Amino acid sequence: MSEPISALPGARHDGLARIEEAGLQGMITLRGDLATKPVKAAVAAATGGKTPGLRGVAAGKTGTALWMSPDELLLLCPYDEVAQRLEKVTAALGDAHALAVDVSDARAMFSVSGPAAREVLAKLCPVDLSPQAFAPGVVRRSRMAQVPAAIWMPDAQGFRVICFRSVARYAFDLLGAAAQPGSAVGVY
Amino acid sequence: MLILTCPYCGVDAEETELAPGGEAHLKRFGPGASDEEFRDYLFARENPKGVHFERWRHAHGCGKWFHAARCTMTLEVFGTYPAQTTKPPKAIREAITAKRPGWTWREFE
Repeated sequence: MSEPISALPGARHDGLARIEEAGLQGMITLRGDLATKPVKAAVAAATGGKTPGLRGVAAGKTGTALWMSPDELLLLCPYDEVAQRLEKVTAALGDAHALAVDVSDARAMFSVSGPAAREVLAKLCPVDLSPQAFAPGVVRRSRMAQVPAAIWMPDAQGFRVICFRSVARYAFDLLGAAAQPGSAVGVY
Repeated sequence: MLILTCPYCGVDAEETELAPGGEAHLKRFGPGASDEEFRDYLFARENPKGVHFERWRHAHGCGKWFHAARCTMTLEVFGTYPAQTTKPPKAIREAITAKRPGWTWREFE
């Protein structure tokens, strides 16, 4: 068995905001009718929490569920527990018309923290990132410059950004450039 | 800059987050149709100056297709609605009538 390795191990940039590659993160894509019982049971099995509503983030006891689209969720859990959680999810789904796949190694995750984190992301995404519009509990899929990304706030201090692993370096450099000291706009 | 509200995820998405899908409410003509019907299905488009119905995909968001009713002249958006329909919903048609009395588009009015 080869050793799992994240997209940019230990990558870190300090500027207006601190940008860090978040390391290995277990991610399971779950597609299906989110209103049905088997899907809700699958979410509970993976995260120990509820199924999030429209654009919602639902933190459970053992993981987090992110709303990706009307029929898709992204379930976050520790990386080394993915196989075990996936088994539970598949069991909970039974013969329901749904799909659960381990996508941990297909994505890269970054944390953007610090007082100017909002501004750094606002430079890159066509999203209203004002504190009134974007707060913990909301997830937004959008684009970051030229690549798709999903953004949410695990707490009031910082953001998490998920993008495809193949564009991890591009995304990291982008965030670094947006956080260049002296480039503050001061909107938020 | 065009800003459309995605009816699926409720996001006010700007144009760069969306992918255009051409004219909406095309009626498909396939096997058994006349040459003229098939030609018009493939090539004949309204291309109006004024009220228009289009398909858009929230490509960098939830990934869903939806329809938008807008004015090609003023870029005014009358509304957006899910793609699982063959004609614009009543609310959308009324919203257009309020702004553009007497509008027509293909067989809709």
